[in-house]
Amino acid sequence: MASNNLVIIGNGIAGITTALEYRKLNPESKITVISGESQYFYSRTALMYIFMGHMEFENTIPYPPDFWKKQKIDLVFDWVEKVDTNSKILKLKNTDNIFYDKLVLATGSISNKFGWPGQDLDGVQGLYSLQDLELLEKNVLNAKKAIIVGGGLIGIELAEMLHSRGIHVTFLIRENLYWNSVLPDEESKLVVHAIKSEHFDLIRKTNLKEIVDNGNGRVSGIITEFDQKIECDFVGLTPGVSPNVSIAKDSNLPIKKGYLVNKYLETEITDIYACGDCAEIVKDDGTSKIWPLWYTGKMHGEVLAQTLSGNKTEFKMGVFFNSAKFLDLEYQTYGDVFRDRIGEKHHYWQSEDKNHSLRLVEKEGVLIGVNVMGIRYRHRVCEDWIKNKLTIKKVLTLLEDANFDPEFSKKFEPEIINKFRGAL
Amino acid sequence: MSLIQIGNVKAKKNKIPTLAKPFAVITFIGFLFLAVIFFQPLLKLKLINFGNWASLTLSLGLIVFGSLGWIYYNFANTIPGIKHNNIFFNSTMRRGLIGWSFGILITGFYIVLYFYEKFKAWGIPPLLDSLIQTVNPLSLLLSGQNADRWFLYGTFYTMAVLIMGVRMLLKYRHNRYQQIRTLSVMFFQLGFAFLIPAFLKAIKQPEFYFTYFWPLKPDYLFPWGVKNLTGKGSVGMFMICWGIVMTFIATPVLTYFFGKRWYCSWVCGCGGLAETLGDPFRQNSDKSEKAWILERWLIHSVLLAIIFITILLWTNDYFGRSILGGFTYTAKEWYGFYIGAIFSGVIGVGFYPILGSRVWCRFGCPMAAILGILQRSFSKFRITVNGDQCISCGNCSTYCEMGIDVRAYAQRGENIVRSSCVGCGVCAAVCPRGVLALENGPRKIGRFTGSNKNPLAIIKDSLLNREIYSESKKQYSEK
Repeated sequence: MASNNLVIIGNGIAGITTALEYRKLNPESKITVISGESQYFYSRTALMYIFMGHMEFENTIPYPPDFWKKQKIDLVFDWVEKVDTNSKILKLKNTDNIFYDKLVLATGSISNKFGWPGQDLDGVQGLYSLQDLELLEKNVLNAKKAIIVGGGLIGIELAEMLHSRGIHVTFLIRENLYWNSVLPDEESKLVVHAIKSEHFDLIRKTNLKEIVDNGNGRVSGIITEFDQKIECDFVGLTPGVSPNVSIAKDSNLPIKKGYLVNKYLETEITDIYACGDCAEIVKDDGTSKIWPLWYTGKMHGEVLAQTLSGNKTEFKMGVFFNSAKFLDLEYQTYGDVFRDRIGEKHHYWQSEDKNHSLRLVEKEGVLIGVNVMGIRYRHRVCEDWIKNKLTIKKVLTLLEDANFDPEFSKKFEPEIINKFRGAL
Repeated sequence: MSLIQIGNVKAKKNKIPTLAKPFAVITFIGFLFLAVIFFQPLLKLKLINFGNWASLTLSLGLIVFGSLGWIYYNFANTIPGIKHNNIFFNSTMRRGLIGWSFGILITGFYIVLYFYEKFKAWGIPPLLDSLIQTVNPLSLLLSGQNADRWFLYGTFYTMAVLIMGVRMLLKYRHNRYQQIRTLSVMFFQLGFAFLIPAFLKAIKQPEFYFTYFWPLKPDYLFPWGVKNLTGKGSVGMFMICWGIVMTFIATPVLTYFFGKRWYCSWVCGCGGLAETLGDPFRQNSDKSEKAWILERWLIHSVLLAIIFITILLWTNDYFGRSILGGFTYTAKEWYGFYIGAIFSGVIGVGFYPILGSRVWCRFGCPMAAILGILQRSFSKFRITVNGDQCISCGNCSTYCEMGIDVRAYAQRGENIVRSSCVGCGVCAAVCPRGVLALENGPRKIGRFTGSNKNPLAIIKDSLLNREIYSESKKQYSEK
């Protein structure tokens, strides 16, 4: 048993999936999951719903507390301060040291802060963890006006959260349109439309210069790069996230941005692995990539459990997919949808009310990507189309198969097919 | 559970739209009138002359008008979409003081209603008489006969379904499944459970509810119920046939094609009230595994009880009531009181704000038990899970009125085929990632990932709690 003690740092989706999948393959092994953030695994994506009163913390826990006992997975509620890779010991903040045989780093992300003056004032914060949510409750107690810096998926969630408490929101974004680094212009415009419908303000093409102190260590406003001053009593910093590698410093773990791993999620130190947001996967050509997504965290866990159990398995993304919700606007994406790439043809449709859209991306005559907003599409169907390299013409004959909207919903496919056929 | 304390800081109250405010006052005045009418005989006062159209308009009329205006202006300026903000901070919806008070009020009403005769016998002043008098003009208009307490109950019930139905229509104006389903329960309540029975009375025909069948309405296949109708000519014969056809033919056929939802969330009056008046309380259903075990024991016990009682009654009837004498009558009375009145009424509806809106449907209703067995073993219905898109957020499980842990299936990409699911479709509506959809598909594909069990095996597993075990085991032993 001695060589069978698996310790996982981090109980987010990547760490927990590793633990559960590993348990399936190794019914007798000792598994320990350490987290200082939360005693039990909760759904990080549901943080916003707790704040908005859609759910309580208990509702965001996918498995009841006694489940972990039944699965014989030991939970340690503490922060890891240091990894001693030579003697395979973890130093914890409050409790006794833990020995490991194999170690998985699944420490997730931290919110980006770019060294802005005033970024550590009271009333200024990002949103990633339970502790951030606790802080937010305190920070917005008497807030009336908030500024959100950075327009991504967390930014729009934070805006919706603040809006639910009657706080006015102003976005400060670098681009001209919302999340335009990822979304093509048309979809970005739909998001802007949704933002305007809720009467949020949007300041475009503007960077933050500094955050202003009210004299008591609390935020009183911001100054933009154009020296425009905007008053506010809360600033949300959501310009993306970076791997949380805080324990690497004293532990000589190999890092660049994240923990460096190969395609099997192994670090160069034997018996140490990393997965999820914190892993930076170095490809064969020397470039590296971080996958800071819920879904990839889950996939990493599944793959890593195989490798840990002796069945060395490579992480392959397969047909990419992701989803989000911008206020009331649902978004799903499958395959490759990039802006302005040479050699690709985009077929785009949107409804007159700007609440629904579909984009099919064509390359060398076949479908390579799907973007859909305000309509639900079937994951497996879109995936099959892309995997099997269907032509757009063929996809149009099958388009209705992909629709996953509730029964009796208005079907947009006839209109879409009509439009796209005309352009073929 | 956790050391983390969040979501407990008092949320700021949502701003009440200006135009909605006067309607709140109007509704309040209506309730005030109703309260005065209710209390004045007890206090031996005579402030309002009730039993005429004026007092009916000033009480129930103002309540209908005011609440509809309130609901309308609360939704008028919102963007269509899921609006669940602050539900868990809300006193009414989350077992606060208002929620408890409301629960006690409805429970009190049911007790007064069901114990009406007993209260009279005990010499307690008949509490409902002034209210019954108040709705009398409506009863005279519809049926030409004086109102009784059941007419009063029907009036309140129908009002609740219609008013809160309008709320559902506005809340889900982005979702046509929800709208059509809500219109359906409103239609069946108003037409088949209120107007048609009154009309039948007016034309001196037996009072009959075409949307209730055995075993939910056991009388319709009890010997005395059938005999009562056989004496009523061709209309009575039609009603007997209707009841038999609905129970033994329509139920399995419709459930095969659509799942139990064709009845539970589209037609049934109990379901209709749960889906309208009960909607604000759906998140209070118990999601624990213990509740699931209790559910399966209780609901199947009630089903067995009513089957047993029905057989006994017919056997006894066949032998000219010679073999069992008074026992069958006692059994029927016992069922009618404890199951029909206390369970389905007092607990089923009275405890809406505390236990959620489907307590009777989930733990007690024998009709739901039959529909559930059919749904699980012999139906095309399932909730489909969309690939790997689940983010485990928990909205589906939280807002499931039947207490199904929808997420447990969704997060492992497994379709949901549960006997208790009434197909309300709210899990799919609240899902922020478009992961769930109600579907009628091929029976053998996509329903059970594993075996296609026969109905008896399913009931047996269900009662022996095997399913939970095998499912959780499956999750961690197979890939």
